Parts: sequence; C-alpha cells; structure tokens
Amino acid sequence: MMRLELVKRPQRSALFSMLSPFIAFALTIIAGAVLFALLGVNPLNAFKIYFVEPISQVWQLHELAIKAAPLILIAVGLSVCYKANIWNIGAEGQFIFGAIFGSAIPVLFPQFEGPLVLPLMLLLGMVGGAAYAAIPAFLKTRFSTNEILTSLMLVYVAQLFLDWLVRGPWRDPQGHGFPQTIQFGDSAVLPELMPDAGRANWGFVFALVAAVLVWILMGRMLKGFEVRVLGSSPRAGRFAGFGLNRMVFFAFLLSGALAGLAGISEVSGAIGQLQPVISPGYGFTAIIVAFLGRLNPLGIIGAGLVLALTYLGGEAVQSALGISDKVARVFQGMLLFFVLGCDTLIHYRIRLIGLALTKQEPAAKIEAAPKLKEAR
Amino acid sequence: MDITVNILLTIATAATPLLIAAIGELVVERSGVLNLGVEGMMIMGAVGGFGAGYLTGSPWLGLLAAIIMGALFSLLFAVMTLSLATNQVATGLSLTLLGLGLSGMMGTSFVGQPGVRLPNLDIPGLSSIPVVGKLLFGQDPVFYISIALTAAVMWFLFKTRTGLTLRSIGDSHTSAHALGIKVIRYRYLAVIFGGACAGLAGGHLSLVYTPQWVENMSAGRGWIALALVVFASWRPWRVLAGAYIFGAVWIGQLHAQAFGIPVPSQVLSSLPYLATVVVLVLISRNKRLTMMNTPASLGQPFVPDR
Repeated sequence: MMRLELVKRPQRSALFSMLSPFIAFALTIIAGAVLFALLGVNPLNAFKIYFVEPISQVWQLHELAIKAAPLILIAVGLSVCYKANIWNIGAEGQFIFGAIFGSAIPVLFPQFEGPLVLPLMLLLGMVGGAAYAAIPAFLKTRFSTNEILTSLMLVYVAQLFLDWLVRGPWRDPQGHGFPQTIQFGDSAVLPELMPDAGRANWGFVFALVAAVLVWILMGRMLKGFEVRVLGSSPRAGRFAGFGLNRMVFFAFLLSGALAGLAGISEVSGAIGQLQPVISPGYGFTAIIVAFLGRLNPLGIIGAGLVLALTYLGGEAVQSALGISDKVARVFQGMLLFFVLGCDTLIHYRIRLIGLALTKQEPAAKIEAAPKLKEAR
Repeated sequence: MDITVNILLTIATAATPLLIAAIGELVVERSGVLNLGVEGMMIMGAVGGFGAGYLTGSPWLGLLAAIIMGALFSLLFAVMTLSLATNQVATGLSLTLLGLGLSGMMGTSFVGQPGVRLPNLDIPGLSSIPVVGKLLFGQDPVFYISIALTAAVMWFLFKTRTGLTLRSIGDSHTSAHALGIKVIRYRYLAVIFGGACAGLAGGHLSLVYTPQWVENMSAGRGWIALALVVFASWRPWRVLAGAYIFGAVWIGQLHAQAFGIPVPSQVLSSLPYLATVVVLVLISRNKRLTMMNTPASLGQPFVPDR
C-alpha cells in the first residue's frame, strides 16, 4: 500500500511559490485534454480554438480586456480579505448592488447630462457595493455570525432584487415589455479606450490602477502589514494593538467597493443598461483569480487575463465544436483545484511511501518505525 | 383538511433534501472538517441521479448513482484537504464551483427530457388511516431514509464508541493522534459519508421533488444545509427541526406566490435566503452556546507528525 506523506519545509519554498500557478495551469491543460478526448473532440484542435484563436486579433484582445476588468477588480479586493483570513464570497451580490446604485442616475434622471454624470455613477457604484458588503461585516463583528454563509445568501437576494427592479419599477416603459431599463444616455456610458481598435473601455484601466494601489497598500504601508498579521495570527495582531473588528470592516468595505465599481463599470461600459442578469458569475470566478494570482495584486492581473480567456474560449468551442460553454466553468473549477493542490508544495515536501522502500532503509527510519507499523 | 395534509406533505418533500445533506455535513464537521462543497456535491448527485434514471429507466438505479456520484466527488475534496492539507474553505468553494460547471456540462442533453419519479411507498393498511396515514406511511422512499438516517447518526455519534472517537477527533485532532487514533482515516470516511448524503439529497431533487434536470436546480440548498448545521449547533435532532422549518418557509413562499399575494414574487423567493441569515444571526448571538458546541478543530488542516 502506498501512501502520501507531507514533510514540513523549514521555510516556504520561493521556487514553488513562483512555479505553482504554472504547474497548476499545465495540469489543467492535461486534464482538459482528457476531458476533450472524452467528449470526442481532438484535444489539439480544441485547444487551438479554446486558447489561441480567441486572442489572435486586436479586437479580440479588447474583448479579453472587457472580461478581465471585472475579474481583476473584484479579485484584488478579495485578495485583501483572504489575506486577512476573512471570507467574503458574496462579491457577486456586491457587484450587482454596485451596478444598481450607479445605474440609479441614468435610469431615474435621464435628463441629467454632462461630465459629472459618470464620476457620480462610479462613486455611487462603489458606495453600493461597499454598503452591501457592510451587512455581513456588521453581522460578523456584532453577532459573530459566519460571514461565508451570510455573504453568500445575500448573493441570491441581490439577484432577485435586480430581477424585481428591471421587471418592475425600473422597466423601460417603451421597451415592449422586455425586462430591462432604458439605454443609458451618452454621458452615462463609460468611454472606450481606442474606439477604432476595439470595444475595451476604461474599466480595464480602473482594474490596473486598483491592482497597483492595493499592491502598494499591502506591500509598503502599515495597513497591509496589519492585514497580514491579523490573517496569520489574530492573537499576535491583538498584542500589536490591531483591531480585528476594524479589519473585518476594512476588508469587506474595500472588496465591496471594488466589486461595486466592477459592477457599474460593466453595466455602463459593456452592457449600457440594466438587465435581469448582468454577470456570468464574475464574483465567483474572481475567487479563482485571487487564488491563481497568489493573493498578490500584480499576480492577479495575469490571473484575470487567463480566466477571461477561459470565458472567451468557452464561447468559441461552443460555436465551433458545439460543446456546451459550461466547459469554461469546468476549466475554471479545475484550475482552482490544481492551484490549491500545488500550493501544498510551497510549505511541504511530498513523499510517496511504499512499504518496500521503508524496509530497505531501516537505519534512517528508526524514529518513525512505530508509526509505520501502525500505518500497516 | 385535505389541503393541510397536502401542504404538510409538500413541506416534508421540501425538507427531506435539506435534512439529508445537513445530516451528512454534520458528521463531517463533527470530525473537524469543514466541507463547503455541499452545493457542488448535491448538484452532481442531482445530475448523476437524473442521468442514470433517464438512461436505465429505473429511478432506484438513479438514486444509487446519485449517492455514488456524491461520494466520488467528495473524495476529490478529501484527497486535497486531508492528504495534501489544503485550505478547507477554498477547496470546498472550488468543489462547489467545479460541481456547478461539471453538472451543467453533463446535463446539457438532459434539459427538457422527461425524468423518472421514484414511486411513493404506500404501506398497505397504515397509509389509509385518515390524516396521519398519508403523512407517516405514504411518502416517497427517501423520506423514510432521511428519518432513519437522522436516528442512525444520532445513535452513532452519541451511543457508540466509534462515534465518540469521531467527536474526539473533531475536538482535538492532536490529542486523538497522540492516543493512536488514525485521524486521517476517520476523516476520509466522514467526508465520503457526507458526500454520499449530499449526493442522495441531490438525487431526491431530480428523482422525487421535481423529476427533471434543470441547471443549478439545487438553488442554494447546499448552502442552506451548511447553515442548518450551525443553526442546529451540531445536534442531529435540531437539524431535523431546522430542516422542517426551512421546508415550511420554502413551501410557504411558493404557496403565497400561487395565491397571488400582492407582494412581488422575487421578495417571496428571497425569503428562504433571508431566513437563513436571520436564523444564523439569532443562533450566533448566543456566543456561549456556539462556542461550546463548535468542534474545536473545525476547519484546521492536520498533518500528522512523524
């Protein structure tokens, strides 16, 4: 009988810390090849359609940026939460509330135009996301309610609330009964970066700026140190005078605001109106982005682009090969699995122990001998 | 009278999957492992159960397939968190995300197909007793399984030596390990049991509750089951009570929608989720109760030292 044994490394391995996302990606590709083969498709051909063709032209790179922007924005916020050991998994709901708050201006005051509209919308979007994230933060700090479950439950509530808005009070009266709001006016639309080349809008710039700012915050400022200390040892943090409750609010409000900004940018830039569904699960995919990026804002930029490609690839194989675009979700899930598995290599060496092997080197195993007997 | 009986019957049907999934997760958490992948294992059970039932025509084989599917899927989680000591929260989340994607892909060809329904088990004679007969002796087979499972888990955890060992592992894996208990092996078995239960709960959804395949048909029930375990402060009989309260909320909002109560349907649909939040707040306000009952090593990875 073979078994795995983890041997703690004296210190974390810098090599595997860098390599693990790449190993994970390679393993995902291998598993993906098996998956495609099972579906009766030539894996090489499928990979070409999935990973290469969607980014072979300039306008397609713009589409990639459109998909990557919300993922990066949300994941950067989540990385701060997860570093602090605070589990906000309701970013999808905060994204939706950001979109709703920001859209209030073009929907309720369509006659209000000018250069002030957009900044106000973005600000309101951040307020909306942060306000919605404040609910689980408040419940956690005040009643010590588990934030994982509350933040997730609020996602369902947010989806239903948006559904009610666009079918009820905010529905476009001239929309032939379609569940959607009016098209936003020109001054409420996030401008495109290079209109001649493609559709990418300022949302992508927001994402890059947010990533750099949070990177500076986490690496160069006391607040970042506080996040890391409280995350790895709340007790040590208390002795240093860092408040855990304040940290819960800080992490939730920051990640909520960024998710809200992502929401209003998506609606104002890529969609142009509110609809019953405005996100293909960005808030959940961003969790994968955060981990693939090693909870490092700069790594998250790269991870966001990779996950954005899985969305585009999913659409591409659906239209070219007739495979369900759910294949994208499968790729994303597998990627996260492999990343988490590879992360073990950072802290541990993995040894495969077979019985034959242990018998051959008794001298080195004297200490472990009783344990091994027990394992048989 | 008939209407009351019918409503009670539907409440039981809505409560059954919640109860089964939560009872499974309770055993997992009692062993000190937090598996947030219930939703993913449940939906995999649902698609596996529907698929096997649809292809073989036998709902019983479907139910079996659902259980196997859930157990196999949980094995993935077990290898990651127990053998590779990964973060349990993140791994559980990824199990849910993967399950939702994989089930959607596997179920593409099942959408809109007629499913098979597990027949009700009418116990002759007893089921014709007015009122009580139909409720207690004329339900679907999974209902009986859920009740038996609750009783069995109660007995196992609190009346057997193995159950005591399992609980001791959940409270302190280091002490249990020092006593020579095989922590990892116990936890493997617990996680797989939890997966089988979640799979069975999913099978109930696609073979009894609504015998068809709809994407994301678990609709957050796995998460509610997780909340139920906290709500029940890790006691099986309280899980039973909680599952029926939530079943009642779920059915209540459906009936309210059907009666055309002048409240937007979305508000009613969000009631089960809001109720979960409220219930969690109420229970966690009592810090002493929660502290006393939470398995002390819940969610912490364990690597046996040599």
